[in-house]
Amino acid sequence: MPKRKRATATEEEEQRGARPMWSGTLTFGLVSVPVDLYPGNRSSRTPLRMLGPEGVPLARRYYSQKTGNDLDADSMIRGYEIDKDKFVTVTDEELERLAPEQSRDIDLRSFVPLQSIPPLYFDRSYFLVPSSGSEKAYRLLGETMKKNDLAGIATFVMRGKEYLVAIFSENGILRAETMRFSDELRTPKEVGLPEKTRVSSAAVKKFENIIKKHSDNTLALSTLKDEKAEALRKLIAKKKSSRKNVVHVEMPEREEGKVVDLIEVLKKSLAGKKKAA
Amino acid sequence: MAARAIWKGNLKLNSTKIPVKLYSAIQDRTVRFHILDDRAKLRVKQHMINPESGDEVPNEEIRKGFEIEPGTFVVLEEKDLESLVPEASRDVAIKKFVPPDVIPPEYYDRPYYVGPDGDQSAYFALAEALKNQEREGIAHWVMRKQPYIGALRAQGDHLVLFTLRSAEEVLSAKDLPRPAGRAPEKKELAMAKQLVELLRGDFDPKDYKDEYRARVMEFVEQKAKGHKPRLKLVKAKRKTASLDKVLAKSIESLKKEKRSA
Repeated sequence: MPKRKRATATEEEEQRGARPMWSGTLTFGLVSVPVDLYPGNRSSRTPLRMLGPEGVPLARRYYSQKTGNDLDADSMIRGYEIDKDKFVTVTDEELERLAPEQSRDIDLRSFVPLQSIPPLYFDRSYFLVPSSGSEKAYRLLGETMKKNDLAGIATFVMRGKEYLVAIFSENGILRAETMRFSDELRTPKEVGLPEKTRVSSAAVKKFENIIKKHSDNTLALSTLKDEKAEALRKLIAKKKSSRKNVVHVEMPEREEGKVVDLIEVLKKSLAGKKKAA
Repeated sequence: MAARAIWKGNLKLNSTKIPVKLYSAIQDRTVRFHILDDRAKLRVKQHMINPESGDEVPNEEIRKGFEIEPGTFVVLEEKDLESLVPEASRDVAIKKFVPPDVIPPEYYDRPYYVGPDGDQSAYFALAEALKNQEREGIAHWVMRKQPYIGALRAQGDHLVLFTLRSAEEVLSAKDLPRPAGRAPEKKELAMAKQLVELLRGDFDPKDYKDEYRARVMEFVEQKAKGHKPRLKLVKAKRKTASLDKVLAKSIESLKKEKRSA
């Protein structure tokens, strides 16, 4: 996944799930369900930190090319490059106002059979959690979609970008999968793939036999391992037990860069309690 | 214009190797903004600082570490990280095939078109075999020093290879408690069912356009010309009535819409 530049520490916090990335309304018909949106993917359970020579965890800062001084969130603005080093600046407020009124909600205008969306479209996964007082309508929508094997489809604008989403109901929880718009997917023709040539039925048969021989009707998701992260954890454990390359630094309590347990945050929000700080 | 291949390798099934090229299936159209220094109106730069002293730490002095306890880090040297790089290979090994619905949507990450590199007959035969058998292949390979697990699927006559997220990267709804609040009543469920049935359709991606992207670009162009387009204020939402009243009203208005359509 290409990493996007993050503007502020707050945005980073939201990416990591400590706070909802978006709060808004999910609607079907005239029913509205206020919800909070949290990330459903995490990059890794073994995040590495950047450390200084003595082991102090470092912080990323933006600074001005002109003065060399560090900049805080208020001294930075988004700019679209119209010419080399020439920018049109756009504020968050302008981006918000540019969103058409109907795009500020996730309005489920269509419900489609679960298996009808090709995976080519799926991008990222999020959880929708009911915000105060909306549990009843939330559960109603979830159970209705589940019973009828349907996913809800909508488009909505979140932080300066429009998203196409499919909402799935899973274990009583609503999951939002953002999807690529059709013009964001190339066709085989655009890529320049050759058109199908004649194939011998013997060759097809040969592959069909291989497929049949190695087929399984299930797949344990736990077998989808992050092999590199596992190797990293082994290496860390080895170094830890040998006390080699272990540094300890006295640090004040810090929020920045702190690892957030997304599941814990979600559990708290679902229990209807005040969200974790 | 034909796209450039991003990688070359072989699909490997048993002892059969099919030479292929990978192409990104994604055409990113996101409107890209840069972060600017508001005063100078120039791109900002980034550096890493020691938050206590405020001093910049140059790249060559930065070390990487994993926090095992608050304040205690296992430091990983460059050679440690290099030891984690898997052995280079050009083979995409496919050893297992599953029905297309066993991998949940949230596992699919990036799609790549697979194209034949040279001989086309084996490529199209494999695509046809996957389609006939309604299976996708579970693939393992190493690309640019990273190990990947993926899914090989037939898409029309061609092949698509998806990278898959690992189980540790996906949060499962099964780990979450069901939301609080009372269960819906029978009457509400019946009405909600009626409502979604009225909104039921087939998924057609062409029905959805990113209109906002065009609005942002239009706005940027207007500003570039020196205009300052007026934008409407964002209004706050109002509260709605009770659930069953709203359901009944929704059904009624949708039915009316259908009748007049």
